[in-house]
Amino acid sequence: MSEVIKIKKGVDIKLQGEAEKIFATADTPSTYALKPSDFPGIRMKLKVKEGDEVLAGDPIFFDKGRPAITFGSPVSGEIAEVVRGEKRRILEVRVLADKEIRYRDFGSADPASLKRDEVKGKIVEAGMWPLVKQRPYNIVANPDRVPRDIWVSCFDSAPLAPDADFVVHGQEAEFKTGIKALMQLTDGKVHLGLDGRTNPSEAFKVEGAVMHRFTGPHPAGNPGVQMHAVAPINKGETVWTVGLQDVIMIGRLFMSGQFQAQRSVALAGAQVSKPRYYKALIGANVKSILEGNVAAGNNRYISGNILTGNQIPSEGYLSFYDNQITVMPEGGEDQFFGWMAPNFNKFSISRALFNWMMPNKRLNLDANLNGEERAFVVTGEYEKVFPFDIYPVQLLKSIMVKDIEAMENLGIYEVAEEDMALCEVVCTSKIPVQETLREGLDLMLDELGD
Amino acid sequence: MKLFKNILDSVKPHFEAGGKFEKLHPVYDGFATFLFTPGHTSHSGAHVRDAIDLKRTMITVVMAMVPALLFGMWNAGNLHYTALGLAETMTFGDKFLWGAMKIVPMLIVSYGVGLGVEFIFCIIKKHSIQEGYLVSGMLIPLIMPIDIPLWMVAVSVIFAVVIGKEVFGGTGMNILNPALTARAFAFFAYPTYMSGDKVWINTSADAGQSVVDGFSGATVLGSYATGGDVQYSVWDMFMGFIPGSIGETSTVAILIGAAILLYTGIASWRIMLSGVIGALAMGYLFNAFAPHAISPEQQSFMSLPGWQHLIMGGFAFGIVFMATDPVSAAQTNRGKWIYGFLVGFFAIMIRVFNPAYPEGIMMAILFMNVMAPLIDHYVIQANINKRKKRLATVKAA
Repeated sequence: MSEVIKIKKGVDIKLQGEAEKIFATADTPSTYALKPSDFPGIRMKLKVKEGDEVLAGDPIFFDKGRPAITFGSPVSGEIAEVVRGEKRRILEVRVLADKEIRYRDFGSADPASLKRDEVKGKIVEAGMWPLVKQRPYNIVANPDRVPRDIWVSCFDSAPLAPDADFVVHGQEAEFKTGIKALMQLTDGKVHLGLDGRTNPSEAFKVEGAVMHRFTGPHPAGNPGVQMHAVAPINKGETVWTVGLQDVIMIGRLFMSGQFQAQRSVALAGAQVSKPRYYKALIGANVKSILEGNVAAGNNRYISGNILTGNQIPSEGYLSFYDNQITVMPEGGEDQFFGWMAPNFNKFSISRALFNWMMPNKRLNLDANLNGEERAFVVTGEYEKVFPFDIYPVQLLKSIMVKDIEAMENLGIYEVAEEDMALCEVVCTSKIPVQETLREGLDLMLDELGD
Repeated sequence: MKLFKNILDSVKPHFEAGGKFEKLHPVYDGFATFLFTPGHTSHSGAHVRDAIDLKRTMITVVMAMVPALLFGMWNAGNLHYTALGLAETMTFGDKFLWGAMKIVPMLIVSYGVGLGVEFIFCIIKKHSIQEGYLVSGMLIPLIMPIDIPLWMVAVSVIFAVVIGKEVFGGTGMNILNPALTARAFAFFAYPTYMSGDKVWINTSADAGQSVVDGFSGATVLGSYATGGDVQYSVWDMFMGFIPGSIGETSTVAILIGAAILLYTGIASWRIMLSGVIGALAMGYLFNAFAPHAISPEQQSFMSLPGWQHLIMGGFAFGIVFMATDPVSAAQTNRGKWIYGFLVGFFAIMIRVFNPAYPEGIMMAILFMNVMAPLIDHYVIQANINKRKKRLATVKAA
């Protein structure tokens, strides 16, 4: 077993509402949706129109820039509605699901016996290629490239994230098949980032894959952080990342020949009465999962975790890459002398409040900004939670002035929004860090291509 | 609480677009956000945010300065009555009250004028009030001599806010520490009120009172620089029973402030520690070269044990409250080590080598404020070069 790499910088935000390791059942949702906003850097073009019938795996839309990349339907049924926003931008493509899902058959195969193009072709054909993402830019990978390496983080350190061992249990064969498929896609290595605090599950022991163990606070579970610690991305290099459950899905494709878009989803957060795990498909309507299980009040529903997830309505849809639904109080009340009064129920990495007296207390945090946006004043706070050998403030400033060369020199290739999410959390000046980084990544993508 | 909310809500329409006082919206906003932290929620990115904001950061620094302020009030009264030979007969309360009567008006002038200028800029530039002056307003009186006229405080404050900060774009954009800019301005504009032996202790006597024969108001540094007798013990210097700027004399009070700043994580421990290391390095370097000094005065100053520099003059106050200003200091962690070290190093160098101006910390910090971006530039460049070197290694392989 490889040595344990210690990630020293970061912070674990301890929240109430961790999902109990039990699978609960909920009514099967009747509608599902794919949301183009889940895929930055992609220019969507619809392949279907309202009323069309699709099977699970049939393409719903594709990328105009790279037409080979299609986005498969997670269910069979009828295209119920194309929801559009300003300038007719597509917000959601909703599918009214059949009671019994019908799958398009892409043919089962042992990936080890296939050639690279055959493995790639099968994933692309099944509309599952968007599960493979690339660094730099943190976008859907370009299938025409051969990545230096492929990285799979086998644990999630984000607040209230699903437990990897629990999730993979019973799906060991699918995971191993998925990793074998990924091995065919690179001349380099498939790296598995494992939780160094526990003994890794047998499922993660895949012959040929390189295992690394990490300990430390969040973001130790982020593939970007793990990559940076082992083999950072240099200019001109491409590394692909695939999520743990996405590997399982790819494995399932090769074993069954079908796009079975099932995930184990943790329903978590202080506002959830019984936080537990559910089996759900990509793009599922979350109403049936939440129904009767959420405390009354002004709640915020998030597809994903509190650091990087998207706010959705209580009857919204699970985002493409998410394995978690979080429900937290919205907040939004003015606080009398909130900037001065002591408060034991707030989170802060500084000790300027009094929460330091109870470091292990699990908090029920709301979405208050706790202040107003200001210029960068306090220094050194990003560096406490950002475990990269990169200067985060200087990188953000280079993005703000659109200096591409500086962005490149300061290491933008190595980071994704999730890696800088904690910087945004701890920022005294309330700078929109992730949004700014995305602007920088999009600008680089526009100017330099993928 | 409800009352304040109702008042704010009732007057709010007058300050909004189309209202009678539309242009004064930043003033309303300043008061409203002072009373109530707005319940804005996150709309993009992370859904939860640290409970700290700039106002809490600044108020923590102000709190850290309170021990120095309170001690300064007592010390000013104590020195005043000592000069008049009345220290024995006066109570602690008398001394404190006398100091408070002199210092509170300075605080009022500093905050009143400074915030007034800030409000004017906010109205003109149509942005919300920023919190930087909460700290500067307290710092400025604390680094002034007790006898400085209030109008000079006011003029210095105006200079500091306008030239030291707002011309650069306001809080977060300034190059120099605004409070030190105020002091530097006063020092050069009104030198007779800011240096020499007469300004550090108020010796104004009421009818029937007179200054004790042979009383000297020289600071410890002034005495060393001119080769005169130093009337104060190390204990006096450490506790702060010595003449000097209002807040700078008591190392103990400043250490309490430092502890607050370090424990809360508001100020950089790197700057403080490296500043002390830099001062000790220069101090002991002087000790080593003392036998070769060019004059007996300088020899005596150079022979002063290195560690004693830490408790004399404004060094402790400067390194704890001024050098750690996050905006004007170096911003990278490695840069902070270099910046702090050089602040300490130069502060002691200026002290000893410049008899006309034995307090070196102000000049050292201002000088290093100017140098900080250069330090950061090279630190960042080193990081960039590392990345380029890594790329070259990959290509070669």
